[in-house]
Amino acid sequence: MSDATKPSGLALAHMWIAFLLFAVAALLGLYQVLERAELIPVWDLGYYSSVTSHGAIMGFVLTTLFISGFGYYTAATSLKMEVPMKGVAWLGWILMVGGSVLAAVFMLTGQAAVLFTFYPPLTAHVGFYIGATLLVVGSWLWVLVMIVMMGQWKKANPGQVVPLAMFGTAINALLWFWTSLGVAIEVLTQIIPLALGLVDTIDVGLARTLFSWTLHPIVYFWLLPAYITLYTIVPKAAGGRLISDEMARIAFIMLVVFGLPIGFHHLYMDPFQAEGWKILHMVGTMLVAIPTMITGFTVIGSLEIAGRLRGGKGLFGWISKVDWSQPVVLAAGFAMLMLTIGGFGGLINASYSLNVVVHNTQWVTGHFHLIFGGTVVIMYMGAAYYIWPSVTGKELASLGRARTQLWLWFIGMCTLTLPWHALGLQGQPRRTAFSPYATEFVQSWWTAEYLMVLGGAILVLSAVLFVFNLAIGGGPAASREVEYAEAVHQPVSLPNSLNGFTLWNWIIAISMIVAFGYPVAQFWMMPTYDPVMWGF
Amino acid sequence: MHVDPLEKTWVWLASAIAVTFVVVLIWAAVARGIHPPSNVETIDSASLHLSEEFAEDNLGVHRQPDGSLKVVMVATRYGFYPQHIEVPANTPINFRIATTDVLHGFHVEGTNLATMVIPGFISEVNLAEGFKTTGTKPMFCNEYCGLGHHYMWSRVTITDKAS
Ligand code: HEM
Ligand SMILES: [Cu+2]
Ligand SMILES: [Cu+2]
Repeated sequence: MSDATKPSGLALAHMWIAFLLFAVAALLGLYQVLERAELIPVWDLGYYSSVTSHGAIMGFVLTTLFISGFGYYTAATSLKMEVPMKGVAWLGWILMVGGSVLAAVFMLTGQAAVLFTFYPPLTAHVGFYIGATLLVVGSWLWVLVMIVMMGQWKKANPGQVVPLAMFGTAINALLWFWTSLGVAIEVLTQIIPLALGLVDTIDVGLARTLFSWTLHPIVYFWLLPAYITLYTIVPKAAGGRLISDEMARIAFIMLVVFGLPIGFHHLYMDPFQAEGWKILHMVGTMLVAIPTMITGFTVIGSLEIAGRLRGGKGLFGWISKVDWSQPVVLAAGFAMLMLTIGGFGGLINASYSLNVVVHNTQWVTGHFHLIFGGTVVIMYMGAAYYIWPSVTGKELASLGRARTQLWLWFIGMCTLTLPWHALGLQGQPRRTAFSPYATEFVQSWWTAEYLMVLGGAILVLSAVLFVFNLAIGGGPAASREVEYAEAVHQPVSLPNSLNGFTLWNWIIAISMIVAFGYPVAQFWMMPTYDPVMWGF
Repeated sequence: MHVDPLEKTWVWLASAIAVTFVVVLIWAAVARGIHPPSNVETIDSASLHLSEEFAEDNLGVHRQPDGSLKVVMVATRYGFYPQHIEVPANTPINFRIATTDVLHGFHVEGTNLATMVIPGFISEVNLAEGFKTTGTKPMFCNEYCGLGHHYMWSRVTITDKAS
């Protein structure tokens, strides 16, 4: 592929900002664990401003910028065409980076300690919400470019199968558009008017319902690039093939279609939605475990093919033959381990009747650090290592150091999150700066608290090493290009439903109306008493 | 379509697992009556003190004619009031709570007594069999409610039913 079509500039510009801010947020994470364990003087405003910044950077900035940069890269390299509308793409970057900086100014100066979920009627400085809005608007421009790009390619290649990497990237763009509508409506029609003083009160039940619309599928937006890497890059890098291209598409579609209308599992403990609606969303939540189980099967199966092609024998003999020296393959192994542990925890959270035991305890923080900070981020790292030579033109200076970094991330995440699960079961509330409760209630917590600090320290080391590995360059000039995995049976033609999104858009629209129509409308059908805004 | 036969088997198995979970959870909800707080009841948080139910004098534990308990509490930055309640074990509890200001989360560890407390709404939890063990437990606020969130907690003492 010629350098003209490779979007190196766009990919690097997005990913560098993502990874630099990621390193800053990791340092904030270390500050937080130290304060929680009461090893440094406690400072309320400092802690909550830090958690807001750490959460917003990890959850919104790292993800959105990485996903956009990676998306431009996979789109251009899998379709073998230039990214269209470069101006729009760069405008998106400016909006995303500008919005992030604007929001960061208010978070870091203690004017927005409302946490990254900013539940009203707690209200931050309006600049924080405007920054967040610009980030989302910028990301919509990325969505536009991805969808247009897929349309142009299909027009130029009628009847051809859209490569799996692009199919995944484009469906993620579509997912993100649907996902972000909930929070966009909340922020634009409720929160910004409140923060500006245009209205005096806010319907908190409505705001939380709209936020839940976004809060679940956003995790699939974060997760899909990890899955795209697992399906389209890892099998080849490990020396084998993907088991089934069609099944991968079905898994992506199921994640998007089942993943959207199920946000009420975040509202199980909220009094303003009735039982039946919660149960309906619970059913979808359980069904969305199916594509994840399929992914587990396919990825492990593809690794097995690789191990056997490389001479592995016996039931488990293939495992040692997989080419684990490739950072992206090693990352995949760790990702699957963390996904398995975290997946079991997730089933407990999702259970209509079990959620009560863990809701809003430190268990939840442990759960999402394991899946999101663990599985998702380690795949971002693996993907970055894999494509870096192609976008920078230089091999990594040391594969061994990349592997060390991934080992540290895996060990650190386990050391941080397993104690958190234990603390949660003992009732420790999440989002607390430290534990000023009666001694009798907290005396059993301290071992876990110190393990948490150890885990945090290992993770920060790993985060810094990651950025160092990418920045140092120094390897020999690279000629290697990205190679997408071939399926055992590469499809030559596909039904429209597995090659485009029209049908799925309609199904999503209908299911969102069913899942959210009445629950949103009810706030106009009963007398509600809306609170005024409160500072933090 | 090329789907590996083994993979096809796995898809069916995975679906069966998911459906089993759904069936068990719905059974627990319907047959055993295990539901999270879902009462959809509104109230004006700004004038809780003027309401009959949540007026200061009416907060706390009330014994009902049928022997069960009604517990009424208010969440406000940074505490749950009354700050210390005492209830007998193995006695059904109807628990109701509302907030005067922002969101809070209410949780008694290891029990089903937990709920979000949302401005404008009343939260209700029914413990059909009450608490099973005796002792003093903390009631932590577990939703961020402001810079003093970690100071927000109260106590419940569960006594032997006989005494
Ligand atoms: C250097 C490693 C990390 C450390 C030491 C760390 C530590 C922490 C701590 C102590 C909290 C506050 C928890 C609370 O008060 O309940 C937190 C929150 C959070 N972390 Fe991390 N974290 C790390 C990495 C990550 C990563 C990689 C992600 C995801 C990409 C992530 C996402 C989040 C989010 C979204 C929150 C906000 C939670 C909330 O508002 O409740 N963290 N982290
Ligand atoms: Cu969710
Ligand atoms: Cu609180």
